Amino acid sequence: MSWEVVIGLEVHVQLNTVSKLFSGSKLSTGAEPNTQASLVDLGLPGTLPVVNREAVRKAALFGLAINADICRHSVFERKNYFYPDLPKGYQTTQLAEPVVGAGEVEIQLAPKGNKGGEGEKKIVRIHHAHLEEDAGKSLHEDFHGMTGIDLNRAGTPLIEIVSEPDMANAEEAVAFARKLHAIVTSIGICDGDMSQGNMRFDVNISVRKPGEPLGTRTETKNLNSFRFMEKAIALEVERQIDVLEDGGEIVQETRLYNGDTHTARSMRSKEDANDYRYFPCPDLLPVAITDADIEELKAAMPELPDSRKARFINDYQLSEYDADLLSGSIATAAFFEAAANAGGDAKLAANWVMGELAAKLNAEEKDIADSPVSAEQLGQLIARLKDGTISSKIAKQVFEACWAGEGNPDDIIEAKGLKQMSDTGELEKIVDDIIANNATQVDDYRNSDDAKKKKKIGFFVGQAMKATQGKANPQQLNKLLQEKLQ
Amino acid sequence: MYTKTLTELKAGLANRDFSSRELTEHFLARIQQYDGDLNSFVTVTDVQALAQADAADAAIAAGKAGLLTGLPIAHKDIFCTEGVRTSCGSKMLDNFIAPYTATVVEKMAAEGAVMLGKTNMDEFAMGSSNETSYYGPVKNPWDLERVPGGSSGGAAACLGARLAPGATGTDTGGSIRQPAALNNITGLKPTYGRVSRWGMIAFASSLDQAGPMAQSAEDCALMLQAMAGHDHRDSTSLNEKVGDYLGALKDDISGLTIGIPEEFFPDTLDGAIADNSRDAIRELEKLGAMVVSVSLPSIKLSVPAYYVIAPAEASANLSRFDGVRFGHRCDDPQDLEDLYKRSRSEGFGDEVKRRILVGAYALSAGYYDAYYRRAQQVRRLIRDDFARAFEKVDVLMGPTAPETAFKLGAKKDDPVSMYMADVFTIGVNLAGLPALSMPTGFINGLPTGTQIIGNYFREGQILNVAHKYQQATDWHKQAPAFGGAQ
Repeated sequence: MSWEVVIGLEVHVQLNTVSKLFSGSKLSTGAEPNTQASLVDLGLPGTLPVVNREAVRKAALFGLAINADICRHSVFERKNYFYPDLPKGYQTTQLAEPVVGAGEVEIQLAPKGNKGGEGEKKIVRIHHAHLEEDAGKSLHEDFHGMTGIDLNRAGTPLIEIVSEPDMANAEEAVAFARKLHAIVTSIGICDGDMSQGNMRFDVNISVRKPGEPLGTRTETKNLNSFRFMEKAIALEVERQIDVLEDGGEIVQETRLYNGDTHTARSMRSKEDANDYRYFPCPDLLPVAITDADIEELKAAMPELPDSRKARFINDYQLSEYDADLLSGSIATAAFFEAAANAGGDAKLAANWVMGELAAKLNAEEKDIADSPVSAEQLGQLIARLKDGTISSKIAKQVFEACWAGEGNPDDIIEAKGLKQMSDTGELEKIVDDIIANNATQVDDYRNSDDAKKKKKIGFFVGQAMKATQGKANPQQLNKLLQEKLQ
Repeated sequence: MYTKTLTELKAGLANRDFSSRELTEHFLARIQQYDGDLNSFVTVTDVQALAQADAADAAIAAGKAGLLTGLPIAHKDIFCTEGVRTSCGSKMLDNFIAPYTATVVEKMAAEGAVMLGKTNMDEFAMGSSNETSYYGPVKNPWDLERVPGGSSGGAAACLGARLAPGATGTDTGGSIRQPAALNNITGLKPTYGRVSRWGMIAFASSLDQAGPMAQSAEDCALMLQAMAGHDHRDSTSLNEKVGDYLGALKDDISGLTIGIPEEFFPDTLDGAIADNSRDAIRELEKLGAMVVSVSLPSIKLSVPAYYVIAPAEASANLSRFDGVRFGHRCDDPQDLEDLYKRSRSEGFGDEVKRRILVGAYALSAGYYDAYYRRAQQVRRLIRDDFARAFEKVDVLMGPTAPETAFKLGAKKDDPVSMYMADVFTIGVNLAGLPALSMPTGFINGLPTGTQIIGNYFREGQILNVAHKYQQATDWHKQAPAFGGAQ
């Protein structure tokens, strides 16, 4: 009997507020160590925290985006443990009364099997999301056996989103993580730059036989890319199944995944876990959120990925899956919409954004915001495809040239003479020449049955394309050849 | 000059009877001469004091005197003072020079106060006898073999011996009122949130409150006028208009209702202590006040509740003293754990360690509900008791402390008997109410005090009652033989 995998996520999302959660320090962006740490961030004796209302507002906005209850009097608590980059010896976080209560998000999975089918949809429940401060960083290099402490990050506002164990495999977990990314960037509460640690994932994994109670879980911490998350999950699932099938037991523990070596190791077991001695922080009053605050937030809610997806399906007749992919990030969605509008064909625009453009961006590890081909340029290319000026084969060539910075598609087509040959007279002459010069192939073609003819016509198409340097209009060429070879 | 009250000295400065420099030099000389025996100061800031005095004299000459211009004040060494060591009575902070100044100190300096120095105190304000200070015990000027009370023992002793005319204190469970009673001076703990805690090193955040200590209620009103007010850097500081405390002194008290909680006069109470407070209340009756009996049934639970809540908060508040960024660090730590263990073991004294352990225990998994949560429930009951009493009365009165100053070392090995001495003062902190202690007679040559508890933000009324009493009596004018203070 096969194994069933149970996955839950804890996601840390860094809020893009101007200042920190409890102090007026600016959020650090690559500043010199300890230059963006105030008296409060350093945990100096006698200093006191003051809640950043903007962080509370952003957390509540997330809550509304996932249809969660917003706690009207949420409470900050102290989580006590010693670590050098935790200046106060406790983290100010939330436990019993977090800002955001239970909510849910819908994830879209890729179509399985036959092409053209729609993928499955699934609801992942959110247990809650709470506000908390980030710790600083311990620097282990360049200190000759000592550890350096940089407290620039200390006090950075985070929301920790805790899901229910509703995911059954890495694909679902990644789809959920991507969906959260789509939501937090769409509502503008997080910059979403994974390489900067804007979002970090802790994955809880257990396996069981169907129908059995939940197995012992492990937590793999601090994954900061979707790809690593996917690989780390696969690795851990395999490890757990191996252990169990060898008659062993899973130890509840925290594990650390190394993306470079694709290995993971145990960080600490449950026995070593701290008793965090949570209690309400006496320096802070409960954070009040009123009905008026909530109405104001609702009114200011930007378009959410789900409504954008619905709009794409409706306005552009995209499939669920395509619409989901394109609506996932604001940047991609905006690019797609601009290209579709400029090109006058949404389906073509969708194919190009998810196909050629995505592949190219991926290969060169570029963000869509930094794409060398602009949405307007892609739109122009699509327009030329649509009006038959160029073939799709030539279009790829134009796209490459445009990517390389050779100008707008129209200029490239003009400069390189890439317009399709749609003049029947000229094409007819070329076709006549090919037929005259390839008597053997012509005979062979004429003596074949229909099925074989379909294949054999390729030779003549190739010859004609060669002669026209690919500029022949494929439909026209086919039609002409079929007539002449009759 | 040293026998005069702040109010008298203020008039003297205004009259040009003497300059602030003369006044300051005068008190610095007395400190120099007598504090060797008393040990009431940890640090004397003579250079800064004289510079501030000169500035005050210039301001007076220019007709720009503030509330406290030119008046020498001693600050408890719990308030951070930029550029001056702030030890909090602990070896842990023996090397700590604060890079910023507490709001209380800042506000008083803005009104022209001259800082004489930093007064001795129980380590981290944990103690009722000033015997836990790293800098050695403070002596009671009424009998050098006795304790001055605590934790603001240095402040009370230097006032009693007339080494300073005004001092700041802090009160978490009676730390202003009890030493005020034991040194025959007047001290006020304001409503929680009335005075900013920014820059005041935290012992128990939900209970700590700074207040004035001086020879008279009138002086306390003058100081509170400068200290009180909302501070955006302290979330628990309340945005409530500051009263006219000096103006309130003139109010008529006829018709005032004084409640006498029966719990403040238990059968076990020393008869002489009870008599002194009853005499004081009778004196107020003569001035037109009415007296009724009330009950605070839950007040008997205040000591156990306090000794859970205060240590719990302290256990987290004191985690920042870890040897990493400031304060004491052990020599040659072998590793991180060694650094923590030895820095904290060496830096903290026994009473502080005891409370950290008690507090951590009360918050630990499995004990939280039995101790911390229950203590918070008791706290609510105590608050409700007071609220019910204040429906019927204007102020509550009773003895400040159940005994006069005891011999140094007498309770060294009996912390619980020491804790019980706070029985009359602690309930006020748990409820967050304002309360004042004023001198009301002697027993065997040792001072006793009576406490006046008011409703929230009724500091003006408490000061008014005490002032009327002090106009009719002269207990508060008695000074010890020590240092020729009489």
